[in-house]
Amino acid sequence: MSDHNEQHHIVPVPVYIAVFLTLIAMTWVTAWVSTVDLGHLNIFVALSIAIFKASIVILFFMHVKYGTRLTKMIVLAGIYWLILLLFIVMADLWTRTWMGVPGR
Amino acid sequence: MASQIVQHEHSSTLKHHFASDAQQLDAATIGMWLFLVTEIMFFGGLFLAYFAYRQAYPAAFASASNKTNLWLGAANTTVLICSSLTMALAVHAASLGKRTLLVLFLILTLLLGGAFLGVKAYEYHDKWVHHEIPGAHFECEGCEDAGHAPLFFSLYFGMTGLHATHMLVGFVLLVIIIVQAARGKFTAKWYTPVEMFGLYWHFVDIVWIFLFPLLYLIDRSHTGLK
Repeated sequence: MSDHNEQHHIVPVPVYIAVFLTLIAMTWVTAWVSTVDLGHLNIFVALSIAIFKASIVILFFMHVKYGTRLTKMIVLAGIYWLILLLFIVMADLWTRTWMGVPGR
Repeated sequence: MASQIVQHEHSSTLKHHFASDAQQLDAATIGMWLFLVTEIMFFGGLFLAYFAYRQAYPAAFASASNKTNLWLGAANTTVLICSSLTMALAVHAASLGKRTLLVLFLILTLLLGGAFLGVKAYEYHDKWVHHEIPGAHFECEGCEDAGHAPLFFSLYFGMTGLHATHMLVGFVLLVIIIVQAARGKFTAKWYTPVEMFGLYWHFVDIVWIFLFPLLYLIDRSHTGLK
């Protein structure tokens, strides 16, 4: 059953430890950066670090890196729908004030 | 073909409607991820509400979010990441068929999750004492645009509350899995419930990875409050 072994790809423990240490380090980096005034860049930096942290959790802790292509596609589809939800609504809210739409 | 069919009947954990263990695991993984995608959209609605109101009332959100305790939030994030590591190591132990190690890591995961909720309860109590719970006695001392500050706290309690509810559901599942693991239900060949629960637990961790910066960190530096 060669395909069975592929399914249960065993991730070496040092990989988990490395991901864990990165996550801890990024948590304290993002906490510290939040006390430094970067203007509008603060939210950009905070969300970039969060997206990076979430990505390594999905890829290594949740084994998606070693998963089937169908699993990867479902994960990407979920993220894609979330982006649609957030960006279409926010694009509307952000741009309303640009043109002086009546009633606002 | 005939020999293959006979081979399948030897595996007690393989349901008869699957052709192989690999196919069965694939189906479980895909089903779990489909569920997690619905969870992404479930939390996504709350994240959208947060972004929409934050851009509508930036001053209220900036000063209200400074009422959260930054270092307590960071410490709690650390605790939750530790519980994700022990969960990943539990799945690793299960894949090697090490029963004692599996039970040990699952119990550690439970304890770390409990520690997280303990800190969260302390923070909720703190908000209660300072009248920062939206309602008749709501107060936001020194907040700008204080009339809209309850919006921030409603989202704070709604989002962290839904997250904590997911952790409580996780506790119940975790206790069941610990008992099953201790009784030797899982083998190196079949430990799908451990693996699927791991996906759920890591997902809850990811939600917190986004809640932490959005509720605790953004606008921390602009208002001068630390």
